[in-house]
Amino acid sequence: MLRATILAAFAMALALPAARADDPVKAAFVYVGPIGDHGWTYQHDQGRLAIEEAFGDRVETLYVENVAEGPDAERAIERFAREGADIVFTTSFGFMNPTVKVAKRFPDVKFEHATGYKRADNVATYSARFYEGRYIIGQIAAKMSKSGVAGYVASFPIPEVVRGINSFLLGAQSVNPDFKLKIVWVNTWFDPGKEADAAKALIDQGADIMTQHTDSPAPVQIAGERGVHGFGQASDMDAFAPAAHYTAIIDDWSAYYISRVQAVLDGTWKSGDVWGGFAEDMVVMAPYTDLPEDVAADAAAMEAKIRSGEFHPFTGPIHDQEGTLRVAEGERADDGMLLGMDWYVKGVDDKLPQ
Amino acid sequence: MRIELRQRTEDSRLMVWLSPLLALALTFVFGAVLFAALGHDPLRALYVYFVKPLTDAWSLEEIVVKATPLALIGVGLALAFRTNVWNIGAEGQYTVGAVCGSILPVMLPEVQGPLLLPAVLVCGVLGGMAWAAIPAFFRVRFGSSEILTSLMLVYVAQLLLDWLVRGPWRDPEGYNFPESRLFEADAVIPALAGRMHFGTVIALLAVAALAILLGRTLKGFEFRVIGAAPRAGAFAGFSERGSIMAALTISGGLAGLAGIAEVSGTIGQLHPSISPGYGFTAIIAAFLGRLNPVGVVFASLLLALTYIGGESAQVALGISDKIARVFQGAILIFVLACDVFIRYRLHFLPARRAAARAEDAP
Repeated sequence: MLRATILAAFAMALALPAARADDPVKAAFVYVGPIGDHGWTYQHDQGRLAIEEAFGDRVETLYVENVAEGPDAERAIERFAREGADIVFTTSFGFMNPTVKVAKRFPDVKFEHATGYKRADNVATYSARFYEGRYIIGQIAAKMSKSGVAGYVASFPIPEVVRGINSFLLGAQSVNPDFKLKIVWVNTWFDPGKEADAAKALIDQGADIMTQHTDSPAPVQIAGERGVHGFGQASDMDAFAPAAHYTAIIDDWSAYYISRVQAVLDGTWKSGDVWGGFAEDMVVMAPYTDLPEDVAADAAAMEAKIRSGEFHPFTGPIHDQEGTLRVAEGERADDGMLLGMDWYVKGVDDKLPQ
Repeated sequence: MRIELRQRTEDSRLMVWLSPLLALALTFVFGAVLFAALGHDPLRALYVYFVKPLTDAWSLEEIVVKATPLALIGVGLALAFRTNVWNIGAEGQYTVGAVCGSILPVMLPEVQGPLLLPAVLVCGVLGGMAWAAIPAFFRVRFGSSEILTSLMLVYVAQLLLDWLVRGPWRDPEGYNFPESRLFEADAVIPALAGRMHFGTVIALLAVAALAILLGRTLKGFEFRVIGAAPRAGAFAGFSERGSIMAALTISGGLAGLAGIAEVSGTIGQLHPSISPGYGFTAIIAAFLGRLNPVGVVFASLLLALTYIGGESAQVALGISDKIARVFQGAILIFVLACDVFIRYRLHFLPARRAAARAEDAP
């Protein structure tokens, strides 16, 4: 009898913390665009769905979309912290300072900020090495272009975007040293109308390859309508322009998101910074379609070389627009240079605001 | 049977009170149908939307934070619209106010002291006034429409801000990202509670001042006469040009104040997007408040509630933000549509007489 009581007491004592562990982890996402943008935010939401699939009942996910970078962001982030979220992913650069501010007030909540550089004990950062994919599409562009001119629909002149432009052109120049790149800045991450207008203007100026650092499929769609070619951005956009779409640089956040939620479940979450590329499967190339076999094979080979670390897109000699040698022959740009990149490589037909 | 709208000889006093209630009832019915059609419990959805944000201190604070710039801008616009001056460019005046107010904290961060904050706010007001003075000048000098000029200057202002934060005002330690340095403590408007700051008190003072100006002073009478009947105003010796200049610059100054208050009090730095369209939403706040300063305060609070409620519904019910916006739009349509009954009444014509009338018609 006594033994049974003691056992029961033990069972109760064990059951209580077990019950708490059964409470699902609440993972919340703050998105800058609509989840239906079929680009940046769509991919983050795919990561959210991957968490749900991986953890089932052990996780509950929440999200709010179309949060403007500005006075509203802080409230959206704080709302999740107040609703009892255990981990909050804020997926745009402009959410950096609001994330840090809210994190100070909620030391027990974990925050993950995409593409920023400010960290704290409960704020980690993560981003992907999109530039690895840009080098490959730059090479494809130079091989496939008849006019020798590509058009680039760009969002904001921040290092991430400038790095992508440079990597694209370095890839193209490795095939055709005289390759030209025209850029239109649309000053937005997501505005299909503006993006489409920019693409039309670039094609009218002679570009026959379209690429972009904005979130909607509009530029590659326009490329399809005009009978030229292009690439998808952030997600596989083949469905939007099947004849025009060569490949896409896909952001795959699923593995990272699952690992971070797992860490919360295990109680091992730590702040840090992850910058993953091909090697971490954070950046993935969509299937190479509508390309001659040798071009597709070369692209796949280059992908493997970057993945293994045998090749780095920013390998010297690299000169900037003024002709100054930035990366010496045979050397590689380090992450510090890449993260603060505020100069164009030689051959970019544009001026950066200084 | 046919239904006609007939103008009342006098505004209906009953409908002035009844129309908002009618609008509220219609909104609830529409919302219930909308949410039910989407498979949500309509009562719970309406609760999450309208009541839940009012149940805890944090979301009440957030409603006030959101309503403050709307009220500041809206009350200025109410004055302008009463004067028959169509300032559509408050968003631009807000932006330039924020930029001018940021001159000291960004360019001379070593300047500190108790006088810094007042100087920052005054710079913001002057910036907004100056930006509004441009369309005012074109209107009185060349007769160009302030609707167009003030609106176009919004884009100029936004590009100016964009250029500054990407170029000369970029944070030197900011890895080239487009944002200014953070404001030092002396340049930040002190907090009241949570994110609520003293800007709210300033906004209420501004509302009180404009309510007195418009309702109790000769100058306010002058604005209203010039707005309603400029020729009558001229016979009374009121200056139309003076009123236009004053109405535009006052509303611009208030928008500028809203801009710098938001940047200093809420955001803490300049970056490319400092406004989720406050300058345009405030136009709705002004009309929703029936161009009455006190009404504008309530309209701003209602608009803020729909935003906070929409966000709360997104999170709690998992509805898309498009649905939240559809619902916000419906609220405004109902409120403005019901206001028709203040000046018009419904007249039911029996079918026979309606037909007879149709035959009479040429």
